[in-house]
Amino acid sequence: MNFFSLLGRGFLKILSDCGGIFLFFLKSLIYSFSPPYRFRLLIKHMEFIGVKSWLVVILTSLFSGMVTAYQVNIALSKVGSQSILGGVVALTLTRELGPVLTAVVVIARAGSAISAELGSMRITEQIDALKIMAVNPIQYLMSPRLWAAILVLPLLTAIADLVGIAGGYFIGTFLLNIDPGLLTARMIDMVELKDIMSGIVKSIFFGAYLVTVCGYKGFYASGGAEGVGKATTEAVVISTVGILVSDYILTTIFF
Amino acid sequence: MITIKELKKSFNGFEVLKGVNLIIPENKVIFIMGQSGTGKSVLLKHIVGLLKPDSGEIWFENKDITKLSEKELQKVRRKIGFLFQEGALFDSMTVKENVMFPLKEHFKMSKAEMEKVAEELLSVVDLLPAKDKYPSELSGGMKKRAALARTLALKPQIVLFDEPTTGLDPILQVSILELIKNLKEKYNLTCVIVSHDLSLAFKFADYIAFLHGGIIIEIGTPEEIKASTNEFIKKFIESALL
Ligand SMILES: Nc1ncnc2c1ncn2[C@@H]1O[C@H](COP(=O)(O)OP(=O)(O)OP(=O)(O)O)[C@@H](O)[C@H]1O
Ligand SMILES: [Mg+2]
Repeated sequence: MNFFSLLGRGFLKILSDCGGIFLFFLKSLIYSFSPPYRFRLLIKHMEFIGVKSWLVVILTSLFSGMVTAYQVNIALSKVGSQSILGGVVALTLTRELGPVLTAVVVIARAGSAISAELGSMRITEQIDALKIMAVNPIQYLMSPRLWAAILVLPLLTAIADLVGIAGGYFIGTFLLNIDPGLLTARMIDMVELKDIMSGIVKSIFFGAYLVTVCGYKGFYASGGAEGVGKATTEAVVISTVGILVSDYILTTIFF
Repeated sequence: MITIKELKKSFNGFEVLKGVNLIIPENKVIFIMGQSGTGKSVLLKHIVGLLKPDSGEIWFENKDITKLSEKELQKVRRKIGFLFQEGALFDSMTVKENVMFPLKEHFKMSKAEMEKVAEELLSVVDLLPAKDKYPSELSGGMKKRAALARTLALKPQIVLFDEPTTGLDPILQVSILELIKNLKEKYNLTCVIVSHDLSLAFKFADYIAFLHGGIIIEIGTPEEIKASTNEFIKKFIESALL
């Protein structure tokens, strides 16, 4: 087989994967509007995603906020405008780092678990068992998870924003000796509601995206335990790369 | 009654079912026998629409199951129960929760009622002491019995059993089959049982069908099968009686 046919085949595979994932998303969404409504499962999955991820979200955003403040300070001190440090850190976090870091943490913690769980349900015929009992497996397994991610990701992102900004504030005032009043005042001047909202809206998109990709890979896993491992790895890689790429696209087009 | 016509199915170019013709009569116990890997499980999965054939038809209540959408299949599946060879219990739920699951999904019952029904079913399969265990804590035979209780919870008209007795001790084998037979009498069930055990088939079957080489080579009452002149069936019976 020559290079071009390999390339073409890879491209086709990606295309069909994209189509499949999009269809899977639509089904999860549409089925969520038809009864039975699964509020209990929704709460359970919200708890799962939230509880698994909040501590790691806090840790990553705290240190990211701190290191951003440190780096930005180096740049700002060259032009002598350190007082806008807080604003720059807050903008970076609310617009970019908050939603992206949160999504990556949730992929690592909850997304991989979703993929592995659905994958093992697939290979042990539990998904077929749902069908046999006249239960729509996408409606049962995916719809509540989709809404859970859509609802929890913005919350986690808000926490990340807050903690990261606090980390930046801490570095700015205690280590770099910037006047706290000035720092806060400039931050409030610079950060508008639409900056925060742009990050929150992104996080809603990321939540829907990552849970769909991770769910899809697990749901259609095949080939025994090894297949589940492979599906989980693919889910994590595809959703992480996808988050970073779509973040760029979303930012340039919408925000 | 289920009528299967010229059912064909291949996996990756390997033809497993090569034109299966079979009529499953109502209110009877029919055994499907054949060597390991001949496609018995594959055949059963076609009947509930878990697999789609390459060609052929399966008629049930004036509908061709192979042509139904998932939504229409859901209605059919309320009437046809299926016992998976490996049980396929939900491993995030206890045994009792597994049995209650189909009740929760399809009946308007209070929690207490559901628990009562589940516990009755579990005592029927002799599994009441293990009701709060998770599937990973059960032996193979216990899983099978728990899955059996879950299958019966929906009160199907037709039940497809994929090796309900394999891996159980002889006493349990007979008691499970007696249970199936009693339920059949009580609820007018149609039972399709895949099994390797000829003596059980001779004792409990109304009809025995042999799947070999991708087709049903013979179907008949136990007496007819005993008197069969088919080489494969003769060999099968001989080996079983060794
Ligand atoms: N999903 C699948 N993909 C590919 N091949 C399959 C699949 N399911 C079954 N097969 C193949 O179909 C053939 C029949 O399998 P099946 O499970 O129906 O056998 P069986 O008669 O039930 O055997 P046993 O008595 O051991 O359970 C086997 O050769 C198997 O490899
Ligand atoms: Mg089998």
